Amino acid sequence: MSDGEWHRLHPLTPLLRGGLFLLVMIGILIANLRERLFELFFPMFTDLPPGVMPPDPVDFLFSHNLFLIAAGAVVVVLVILLGVFRLSWRFHTLRIGDDVEVRSGVLFRTHRRAPLDRVQGVNLTRPMVARLLGLAKLEVVGAGLDANVKLEYLSAKDADALRSDILRLASGRRLAEAGPGAVAGGSFVRATAEAVGSGIQGLVEGEDFSDAEPESIVRIPLGRLVASRVLSGSMLWLLGLVAAIVVAASISTVWLLFTVVPTFLAYGAYYVRSIARGLRYSIAPTPDGVRLTFGLFTTISEVVPPGRVHAIEVRQPLMWRPFGWWSISVNRLSGRSSTDSSTDQLAAVLPVGTRDDVERVLRILAPSLPSDGWSEVIRDGVLGPVADDPYVTTPRRARILRPLSWRRNGALLTSDALFLRRGWIWRSLSIFPLARLQSVGLHQGPLARSMRTARLGAHVISGTVQTTVGVLDRDAAVTLMEETARATVGAAAEDRTHRWAG
Amino acid sequence: MTNTPDSPERTPLPAEAEPSVRVDADPSPQPGVVASEPTPSRDVPILDEGTFPRILEPRGEGRLPLGDGTWHQLARAYVRVQVISQGAFLLLVLAVAFALQFFLNLQWQWIPACVLAVITLVGLVITPRQARSFGYQLRRDDLVFRRGILWQRVVAVPYGRMQLVDITHGPLDRGFGIAQLKLVTAAASTGVTIPGLTQAAAEQLRDTLIAVAETRRTGL
Repeated sequence: MSDGEWHRLHPLTPLLRGGLFLLVMIGILIANLRERLFELFFPMFTDLPPGVMPPDPVDFLFSHNLFLIAAGAVVVVLVILLGVFRLSWRFHTLRIGDDVEVRSGVLFRTHRRAPLDRVQGVNLTRPMVARLLGLAKLEVVGAGLDANVKLEYLSAKDADALRSDILRLASGRRLAEAGPGAVAGGSFVRATAEAVGSGIQGLVEGEDFSDAEPESIVRIPLGRLVASRVLSGSMLWLLGLVAAIVVAASISTVWLLFTVVPTFLAYGAYYVRSIARGLRYSIAPTPDGVRLTFGLFTTISEVVPPGRVHAIEVRQPLMWRPFGWWSISVNRLSGRSSTDSSTDQLAAVLPVGTRDDVERVLRILAPSLPSDGWSEVIRDGVLGPVADDPYVTTPRRARILRPLSWRRNGALLTSDALFLRRGWIWRSLSIFPLARLQSVGLHQGPLARSMRTARLGAHVISGTVQTTVGVLDRDAAVTLMEETARATVGAAAEDRTHRWAG
Repeated sequence: MTNTPDSPERTPLPAEAEPSVRVDADPSPQPGVVASEPTPSRDVPILDEGTFPRILEPRGEGRLPLGDGTWHQLARAYVRVQVISQGAFLLLVLAVAFALQFFLNLQWQWIPACVLAVITLVGLVITPRQARSFGYQLRRDDLVFRRGILWQRVVAVPYGRMQLVDITHGPLDRGFGIAQLKLVTAAASTGVTIPGLTQAAAEQLRDTLIAVAETRRTGL
């Protein structure tokens, strides 16, 4: 499909996109017929005499012989809708050449073109229904708000091929040969039948993306996944909440106990969702970046090209410490607004992993950093201060401001990255590749001034990673900021990741 | 006007030792010469017309130091604009409160009115000092911005990271010939907004920044 010509999306697209509309229609129908269905199945609960139906529009249609007209109207509406969707599908075309281009709209035409060297990632999403039909959504992530180019829907094979073509073009390499060919023409019915057949087959066989699936470098056993979710911080909140309600119930009225039920439901849903998301998790290096796959029902597979990760944070909740588990999250451009709930999901790169997992994932997330330095990063940064600690830490005179973590709280600048280490109870390490650092700043309030300390902040694109570390010695912090600023300029000038193959 | 650094002896750091590339170390500014090669320099006299002479610092010894180099500052007119606008707001709040008192015979409005008035008064008192704490420095590869007395903040932004430069001025600003210059990078937390430049300085600075950013363009 990436031959520089205009192509259409998969012919089943109108069905899936119109699916929502159909669902709404069915919902309205059911809501209107609710009384009648209730009457039909549970006649003993109503106060009407047996055998008598409540007044209903359907009865009205039957009794006035308007049934044929009504059925005809429904058919006409359906045909018109199908025609409209079909028309909008015909006008929805895409072209992959030097840029990704999408044209859509019948009356109001839009034409979106995204330059390939600014591609931040390519996501392949397969919702449950689309998977049954053998389809997939492709999303080319751009830098900016609502800057993504969405291609929904493509057949899974096309989507996979298109993704590797887009990445190859974006990397600066040329395509070795033309793509496998256009979307299958054929009749609508045959396409449907074929797609459904292969989709069901794929679902049964557990087949996903066929060609050369790279081996995941991290395996998360189910037990660890469940245990890590149960032992997370939200569990503490839940226990606290339950305790508070029990105490309140024992003091006042027992009925308060029932308020626990919705809380449990909400938490249960949250746990099930986050565990289902972590199932089938895989992370693997490819020539075009890190490939991340997760999800049980809705499978999401993303590729993050090199140099698109702006900040990395390794974190350890308190209760994970006995097991030596860590999680990794990143800041990167997702092309979505920060309030979008899926942004958080995409930030978590490693839901839970051991120390070795952390090292392997860090290695592929920041390929520009020297590969021999990671064991020191783990030893000094992740696990905390050891003898001759290279980090600039909180001076002894200011330890009252960081009573527990003052030995650990610190920052380190290497030639490629800035490391901020924090926390004694909740340990975390933030890593900022200098080639992605936007600016660097110092803050100082009156209390910090009296202690002769300052807060160092690394400014990167917004996300979940903590970006500041407080209470550093003032002179050390000033030096660190000056050196970071200088190193950032150098690193940015040498950065070539926008065309990573060149 | 330029600010004299605290430490008169300049000890350049090792990496900055080449004087030919370090513009700020150039001891003799030549007025009127805007360098043809896009290198920011302090040789732009327009940046220092009608500005404060000296950066105000916190008194505490542990403050963030000024360091080397030339600090450009805000225009004096900025304080006038701020005093006028905040004073007008104060008068408006009081006038509304009095009007409610006399015409509708209400009392409750004094609570929010007093809160607003106190906040504005505090702002009025600290604005002249605060305005003198703003400063920016055009170094070879980055712009350094500082502000604040009680809460100090220093930010270094590499020129290549700039996404856009924004100049805004309201009606009152135009009357006094000042403008606000905002520097936007991909990170929201950079937050460099220089509020009170003379309009000529703002435009000069914008053109310089754009020209410099063009030669040092980097990815995101």
